[in-house]
Amino acid sequence: MMNFNFNVAELIFALPELFLLFAISLILLFDLFVSQRLKQFTYYLTQLALLITGFLAFNLIGENATIFSGTFVLDSLGSTFKVFILGFAIIALVYTRHYLKAHDLLRNEYFILAMMSILGMMVMVSGHSLLTLYLGLEIMSLSLYALIATARDRASAIEAALKYFVLGAIASGLLLYGMSMIYGISGSLDIAQISSFASASTLGSQQTLILNFGLVFLVIGIAFKLGAVPFHMWVPDVYQGSPTSVTMFLSTVPKIAAIALLIRLLIDGLGDLQHYWADLFMILAVLSIAIGSLVALTQTNIKRMLAYSTISHIGFVLLGFVTGVVDGYGAAVFYVLAYILMSLAAFGSIIVLNRKGFEADQISDFQGLSKHSPWFALIMLVVMLSMAGVPPFIGFYSKLFILQQVVAQGYVILAIAAVIFAVISAYYYLQIIKTMYFDDVDKEILVSAPLDMKVVLSINGILILVVGLMPSFWMELSVSLF
Amino acid sequence: MDSLLSILIWLPILGAGSVLLIGNNRAQLARWISVGISVLVFILSINLFLDFDTSTSSMQFVEKASWIAQFNIFYHLGVDGISMPLIILTTFSTILVIVAGWEVINNRVADYMAAFLIMEGLIIGVFSSMDAILFYVFWESSLVPMLLIIGVWGGQNRVYASIKFFLYTFLGSVFMLVSLIYMYNLSGSFAISEMYTLPLTMVQQSWIFWAFFLAFAVKVPMFPVHTWLPDAHVQAPTGGSVILAAIMLKMGGYGFFRFSLPITPDASSSFATVVIVLSLIAIVYIGFVALVQKDMKKLIAYSSISHMGFVTLGVFALFSIMEMGVNGELISISGGSIESAYLGLEGAMVQMISHGFISAAMFLVVGVLYDRLHSREISTYGGVVNSMPKFTGFAVLFAMANAGLPGTSGFVGEFMVILGALQANFWFAFLASMTLIIGAAYTLWMVKRVFWGAITNPEVSTLSDINSREFGILVILAIAVLWMGLYPQPVIEVMHASIVNLLEQALTTKLPVLL
Repeated sequence: MMNFNFNVAELIFALPELFLLFAISLILLFDLFVSQRLKQFTYYLTQLALLITGFLAFNLIGENATIFSGTFVLDSLGSTFKVFILGFAIIALVYTRHYLKAHDLLRNEYFILAMMSILGMMVMVSGHSLLTLYLGLEIMSLSLYALIATARDRASAIEAALKYFVLGAIASGLLLYGMSMIYGISGSLDIAQISSFASASTLGSQQTLILNFGLVFLVIGIAFKLGAVPFHMWVPDVYQGSPTSVTMFLSTVPKIAAIALLIRLLIDGLGDLQHYWADLFMILAVLSIAIGSLVALTQTNIKRMLAYSTISHIGFVLLGFVTGVVDGYGAAVFYVLAYILMSLAAFGSIIVLNRKGFEADQISDFQGLSKHSPWFALIMLVVMLSMAGVPPFIGFYSKLFILQQVVAQGYVILAIAAVIFAVISAYYYLQIIKTMYFDDVDKEILVSAPLDMKVVLSINGILILVVGLMPSFWMELSVSLF
Repeated sequence: MDSLLSILIWLPILGAGSVLLIGNNRAQLARWISVGISVLVFILSINLFLDFDTSTSSMQFVEKASWIAQFNIFYHLGVDGISMPLIILTTFSTILVIVAGWEVINNRVADYMAAFLIMEGLIIGVFSSMDAILFYVFWESSLVPMLLIIGVWGGQNRVYASIKFFLYTFLGSVFMLVSLIYMYNLSGSFAISEMYTLPLTMVQQSWIFWAFFLAFAVKVPMFPVHTWLPDAHVQAPTGGSVILAAIMLKMGGYGFFRFSLPITPDASSSFATVVIVLSLIAIVYIGFVALVQKDMKKLIAYSSISHMGFVTLGVFALFSIMEMGVNGELISISGGSIESAYLGLEGAMVQMISHGFISAAMFLVVGVLYDRLHSREISTYGGVVNSMPKFTGFAVLFAMANAGLPGTSGFVGEFMVILGALQANFWFAFLASMTLIIGAAYTLWMVKRVFWGAITNPEVSTLSDINSREFGILVILAIAVLWMGLYPQPVIEVMHASIVNLLEQALTTKLPVLL
């Protein structure tokens, strides 16, 4: 039987989460009671809270502890993931504010909900028991559903929220079903104990069967959350329907949490069944890369196009997990981080085009950008080339890293298939470049974004190049997490 | 200078950054700065030639620094006799295109100049990389400026042409990336020199050979993967066409020298006949295709493909001439001497450089006409000599060079390759020498229709002859073409040691010894 001990000294290892929870409550109260004039400070308080939380998480890097009776783990993977989640979230919120202001959607619940979902992600990242992981997942997901619905007078947003909610609930259900089987057969919720159960050599065939059965449901649940084919149906609709700022949020930070869920459940917990789930992932990965690359070709809505592009990127990430070696997992993590950096810049470039009464979400909205705002056109050019995997940008190195690992494990055919689809997907990234640079349409484009957004977006774009020129540090970091 | 190659790569790229900062509104300043940078780079690159040690085949001006430690990837530069002439060709051509775009380009001037400078740096990087990933990074990223040059400053159908160009070459090179990664996993290093000594079975070599072949053949371009080139050339602005023909195509030829032959010698040997047949098809069939073109740029584009066929022919003919004996001595298969094998390879190199000059000149000639009448159709012109006598003089000289007239550079390369091929197989040489007839036919017929005859189009009579800027460019090219035609010795001397070494590598089997 589990033995619940509680030790106050352990709280220090959960300090970032505790601080964030405390800050959320405080900011919520602040927002309720201050006058209208002071309400704009909610945004700044939110950013400050995230910054401090990030700092606290950063300070814990290097600490290793399993606390709260084994339900919560602190390791370098967890702390590093948290720092990245918070860092990327801060960037995302800078872009978000401009979007919300431009479309009169600026309500402070938005920031509260965003913080709440980030708290959920942090819990997921550190979850060391099936229960904690599920708890984190639900905190995150429920906040995200509500976040989409903040644009409550837009029918498309409501539709997207509902769709996401229903499909997300099914995914959670499947995940939970898998978890219950694992729990039933191993008798424990603790990841470490599940792991030692799965690696025991005395497993009977009945037990193995149920374990594998549970595993399949876990994989489906994770694939749902990541948006891998064939569990991707919600992705394009939700991406298109949600307000752009929420789409950006959805396509970036939660991916880290979902990868953490994958690592905790499948690598830490069921690492001994790697050869089972790797086969499943191989199918998911190839399908995702293929469908993501092909279907994106015909899109005219840029959010929908980026949704399919995300699916294909997720395919590459899953390829990293197929390899079953530490370097391959590191490659996958590097890919996710690189992808998020690019995705933030891509959505940032869309949001920067938004202005009062003008919703930029068509590819054609980029026409003439290279004339009216060469700098932001250049950033979008860099992002698109990077996503297509053209060197010297970060997207090339993330693909290189994955391909190297895939080939090293003997899956040359997989690598060849992946690069062929990478070439196909280059076509739609080039379409954006074509729209910005080649189309000879004299359309007025006003970039009316505030200075902070412009500065952050510029840094974001430059990072894609700089990390590309010096990828060494990031690669080392990603591999060192395992 | 220890870091001459780095300076040659980064000076133009950083210079391009400053040109971009100057902005399109201060066009004249941007032009002057660009031409200043390109001349400076050219002068610096002359040092490569002057300080070059012709007695060795090893890499010179070497720089090496760790770049991505996890993968053993180094920032490793160096040149030998094969890459050095191509670098100088690059720096030389860049000045030409920047000057050629002087008054012609009025739209986004700074961007235009910057694109060519960035391209210059990247292509020098391609020719001087000693590390496979560094090579790939430069190789692939050089597509981007060209994509923009065609797409932004191109003609009517530029979008189609630029995207076709990009995707075609991108598809070709990703397979090269996979095979580079594959070899890395065998040897643990991305150093190109390590790949030379890596033992590979015939099956491995075949896959790698075809992966490389796809990348390089698209770039050269060889029949039947040449279809992007006419589109790209026709749509590109004059400067883009010049760089494309003069330098970018050479990247493909260079790839055969640097990668295919030394890394997969046995596969190269066994598939040599296929490559030779494709080269001969390019030389003969594409020559006929050029004959029927109505568009001058298209005609020159097809003529480029036909002439580049000599490069691949010269490279792969060696396998029909020599083979390596069991004790490491070179044995002649066909009765030809080792000199004829050198002739083929060196002829291929000379042909690349000569084609760099001639195709650049031909595209500039068309550019001069296009700037005046905005038509590339042959039928628009006729009797141009009446209004543009000076210009016609140059045009005829370059046309003769294109047709391979002795005394011009066009003759030297082709003649060397034909001589080499003659030792390999009579029919190779016979078919290749058909070009002297076909090439003369399409070039001279075009000259006849454009420059001679009576003026049919009244606009032609109002044409003004070339100005001093155009005169300057064409004079320099004329000197280069004649110099290569009359005294190619210095260029051949520079590359000889490297060619000898390459021949040895290409004939040394890498198959694991079976006991």
